[in-house]
Amino acid sequence: MDQATPPATLGTAAPPVARHRQSGFIRSAGLRFAILYAFLFGASALALALFLWWATAGLLDRQTDAAIRADAQGLAERWEEGGITALIATIQERLAENVDDDAIYLLVDRDLNRIAGNLNRWPNGVTMDREWFELPIERPGLRSLARIQRFDLHGGFHLLVGRDVQVRAQMRRLLTDALLWGVVMVLVLGTAGALVVRGVFRRALATISATAAAISAGDLSRRVPLSGRSDEFDRLAETINEMLDRIGRLMDGVRQVSNAIAHDLRTPITRARARLEDATRNAQSAADLHAAIERAQADLDGIVAVFHALLRIAEIEAGTRRSAFADLDLAPLLADLAELYGAVAEERGLRLELDWPEALPVLGDRELIQQAVANLLDNAIKFSPPGGIVRLSATGGMPVRIVVADQGPGIAAADRERATERFFRAEAARHTPGSGLGLALVQAVAQLHGGTLLLADNGPGLSAELELA
Amino acid sequence: MRILVVEDDRDVAGFVLKGLREAGHVVEHAGNGRDGLFMAASEGFDAIILDRMLPGGIDGLRLLETLRSQNNNTPVLFLSAMAQVDDRVRGLKAGGDDYLTKPFAFAELLARVEALTRRGKSEGPATRLCVGDLEMDLLSRTVKRGGAKIDLQPREFRLLEYLMRHAGQVVTRTMLLEGVWDYHFDPQTNVIDVHVSRLRQKVDKPFPSPLIHTVRNAGYMLRHDG
Repeated sequence: MDQATPPATLGTAAPPVARHRQSGFIRSAGLRFAILYAFLFGASALALALFLWWATAGLLDRQTDAAIRADAQGLAERWEEGGITALIATIQERLAENVDDDAIYLLVDRDLNRIAGNLNRWPNGVTMDREWFELPIERPGLRSLARIQRFDLHGGFHLLVGRDVQVRAQMRRLLTDALLWGVVMVLVLGTAGALVVRGVFRRALATISATAAAISAGDLSRRVPLSGRSDEFDRLAETINEMLDRIGRLMDGVRQVSNAIAHDLRTPITRARARLEDATRNAQSAADLHAAIERAQADLDGIVAVFHALLRIAEIEAGTRRSAFADLDLAPLLADLAELYGAVAEERGLRLELDWPEALPVLGDRELIQQAVANLLDNAIKFSPPGGIVRLSATGGMPVRIVVADQGPGIAAADRERATERFFRAEAARHTPGSGLGLALVQAVAQLHGGTLLLADNGPGLSAELELA
Repeated sequence: MRILVVEDDRDVAGFVLKGLREAGHVVEHAGNGRDGLFMAASEGFDAIILDRMLPGGIDGLRLLETLRSQNNNTPVLFLSAMAQVDDRVRGLKAGGDDYLTKPFAFAELLARVEALTRRGKSEGPATRLCVGDLEMDLLSRTVKRGGAKIDLQPREFRLLEYLMRHAGQVVTRTMLLEGVWDYHFDPQTNVIDVHVSRLRQKVDKPFPSPLIHTVRNAGYMLRHDG
């Protein structure tokens, strides 16, 4: 396998490297957020500028056009009523009344000779009837810019109606300048803002990434500090910290198991080894040798049983058995176990009392619950004095509680906490056979079912309550 | 009986082969999945002992599935280091008849293999079981010995039925726990011994010759001597 691994790794590793280079620029989330910010800022600024333009320069344009149209309408009515004479009179009248001096009229005959109005001559390029033009003009005393409309009248007369827009054009120029400067401002402010956003983002992630780095480096005690603002970043930090706590507990479990294996399996292995070595050196007869080998074999069987129990607990704690959960009725399950252990209890002079409702529905793993209750009954029978009572009872509902109570020596209050640890054996149990794994397995089964194992004083004896949520 | 052992570990295979031959069986050995499948498919065996993790591209599960898809119903006992509950379930689902985890005691293996082959033959609609002067009527659920009726609890009846179905064979405590109670764990106390001794009180004690024998380091055997 070792020889086969490197090429496979190279083969699969190459594409991600290429991808990394390609999109390295976009791979910084901080930069992405900064660019997004700058884009949004720029787009809003552009929208604002367009609205300003429409609301100022555009409004003035529209007002001028409306004034020209109204003027033309009035002149057209006069022309209908009184012909050329009335029109000329009206033009002169209006020019006289024009305080702002921005109105422009020009009436010419067929040969473009001026008849009335304040323009000296017909401007070049004004060729089409009813068209709008914006062009420089010359009025007596000044050059200026005008917006005008041309009307062709009966009898070969031509009329120009318009407004001087020199002031308006100046204002438009000012506005354009201001907006151009605005663009520069937007660019500067957008970039600065983007940098600030990236900085904030980086700073918020820096603590998390520093903690993660410290943990990868082996310092498992580190946690992500909270800012105290209980914002999204704090919630993320809390989630990460919970995850780290869970990992820590799992690591403790592994450490506990390896310590336990080191201490508690070394002893029987040493014993088996010593027996075999002693036999090879000192056995006088084939019978001696045979006996030593058989004892060593029994030791090995014990070691295997401990191993099996440890792996079983690990399997349960890993939680993979939860997929095998099914709806089951505990009442017949308990009855079967009571029947199995009833005979043993009777043989030891114990009374087995039973009490549970007719139906005990629960969602769980049949085999594991059987084994857990069997372990509790094993213990109760093992530690009960002759003539004692072992009581197996259960109550339904949420959670379901299964209680096994005996009248044995019990477990001292100080030891109850530790009684479910792997390999823990109370003082009173030192000299009885057992691996010290029975209650650890029951505890694991309870936890798999979302419940707990409660150990209490039965006065005298031990009451073990297995809760299955 | 002709038994095929598919096992890649030389020492384990040698130990199993030697033991089975000493017990009077004819044994063939395959060291990888490919050879094992070829031999299992081309020759007739009474039972196959099959390791799950095998070299040669075909593991035990694949081998068995292929065999079963060819309508080959030779009894198969898995002998595997894969000891999780799911592993056993998967092995039995794939068509295995029994599952024994390593490390194992040879007596257990032998008892289980012999039980397998017997099961293959006697799975007819038997309504009566007889061993010596012990008779069991499976329809009326009554037991008589030498004409005298013996009253048994339902569980005692099933225990005796299991022993009678495997009469003349060694039956281990785990086999009884699995076969009679359907439990797949090892109790710390000697629960099975207590139940067998209660059965003895009813079946053997009132009669001159015992039928239920204890086999040292292995289990029990129901046997009629002479």
